[in-house]
Amino acid sequence: MSVNWSKYSAPMAFYPLAGRLIPWFAVVAVVLMGVGLYMGFFVAPTDFQQGESYRIIFVHVPAAWMSMFLYVVMAIWAGVGMGLNARLSFMMAQAIAPTGAMFTFLALLTGAMWGKPTWGAWWVWDARLTSELILLFQYAGVMLLRTSIDDMRRADRSSAVFSLVGVVNVPIIYFSVQWWNTLHQGASVSMSTGSKMAATMLMAMLIMTVAFWLYSIAVILARVRCIVVERDSLPVWDEKPAVIQEAVEAR
Amino acid sequence: MNRSSMWEAVSGIVKRDLLLAMRRRSDAAMSVFFLVIVASLFPLGVGPEPAVLRTIGPGVLWVAALLACLLSLSRVFTADYVDGSLEQMVLVPQPLAVLVAGKVFAHWLISGLPVVLLSPLLGLQFGLDGEPLGVLALSLLLGTPTLSMIGAIGAALVLGVRGSGLLVALLVLPLYVPVLIFGAGAVTGSMAGVGGEANLSLLGACLVLSLFLAPWATAAALRIALE
Amino acid sequence: MQWGSASEFFAMGGYGLYVWTSFLATALCMLWEVLALWRRRVAARAEQRAALLGGMDETAT
Repeated sequence: MSVNWSKYSAPMAFYPLAGRLIPWFAVVAVVLMGVGLYMGFFVAPTDFQQGESYRIIFVHVPAAWMSMFLYVVMAIWAGVGMGLNARLSFMMAQAIAPTGAMFTFLALLTGAMWGKPTWGAWWVWDARLTSELILLFQYAGVMLLRTSIDDMRRADRSSAVFSLVGVVNVPIIYFSVQWWNTLHQGASVSMSTGSKMAATMLMAMLIMTVAFWLYSIAVILARVRCIVVERDSLPVWDEKPAVIQEAVEAR
Repeated sequence: MNRSSMWEAVSGIVKRDLLLAMRRRSDAAMSVFFLVIVASLFPLGVGPEPAVLRTIGPGVLWVAALLACLLSLSRVFTADYVDGSLEQMVLVPQPLAVLVAGKVFAHWLISGLPVVLLSPLLGLQFGLDGEPLGVLALSLLLGTPTLSMIGAIGAALVLGVRGSGLLVALLVLPLYVPVLIFGAGAVTGSMAGVGGEANLSLLGACLVLSLFLAPWATAAALRIALE
Repeated sequence: MQWGSASEFFAMGGYGLYVWTSFLATALCMLWEVLALWRRRVAARAEQRAALLGGMDETAT
């Protein structure tokens, strides 16, 4: 069966679809968070070097990954919006920014919480920490640029250009580890060398990452729905038929 | 589009911007004065200890150069935006990105090049000498055009937006970070005896990348602003 | 399972403050985001409804 996906690119069609999807993503996210937390606290063993403090990575690493991933996704939606002149894409980009900024903030905060017992310092000017801080600034820039421009069309497109320009920074974040490897330990999960972590630790971390990812989807879809309602002067898709009927008769 | 008419258009823009800058020399001098003042404030704040000054010198001078560039960004497009000549520029047959590159080059000649030329003098204030002094000037020569290129994107994005002065700083400064790291790193490297070549080549890579991408992004931002 | 008692679990081998602050902050941020979205949605829908029923203010209950 073929599905006409382009049909859902119109806000009017997308709105109810998103509404149906949100509970599924939310429920699975909560369940996976429960499983991931259980595994992280009760199944995964104590790290023989870092003791129990390493358990922070079960929120830190997923948050850091999501912060970068969401920035890239935001830039992709921005690019699609610019290329196809699609309103919904800009709305997606607008909806992603706050969640991405939140995960960036959390990655920095939990990173400090991990760094204090491990390195003895809340903050070091290491490449990855610095890049994450810059990522937070870029999220702030995208959102501030949008709110400073009153014309919605220009706000959409200007913040799209800025997020596309900023996406060059994300690979620099990633490769900066190799460029100036200082205090921060090397990426502990890498595809080439195989993982140095116990399998249950890795599993718990990956489950938490998937949970955060599904959480992000649910929250972002909910925010897009808000944006659709806010932007269009008279959307009636979400009201109960009786209310619409009443309104139409009243006119 | 033939080549010579494009070249003429670009050189015309550069000449025009330089002429306008010559008429308002105080504008151009301001960012240089700013650089000198900021660079002179640091020793007064940190103390006259030569070893300390030599350690912080490269970073301070680079940050000062970066802020000086930032201050002059609003001049790149604002005047043309206000008097309407920017709209004419969008309409001419030559690609807007090429014209933008001309404007950015003029901006660099006015506000970037003086910084490069002055930097060895300021380096002396911080106790730099010999090779690091040359590397400082070279790193600024490679880095300041990149700053102008990236800055032009920000300047175009905030054109005519309320609170644009502060906003452009918030947008552009995060993008300046790699240039700052490589630029100051080159000088520090040459002071430590490991040489600044690696960082200088990364600066060169940044310059090439920004030469390819920035005019295009700036042109897109200008079109959005003028819609 | 490596925890002998609940207090051992909360102590996290002496790192309890760091570990629990991290997890609590994450949970609070997420809850706050969901709550903020909920309120945003209620506000947007109220506005939508007001626009929809704008013509019949007098008859609305």
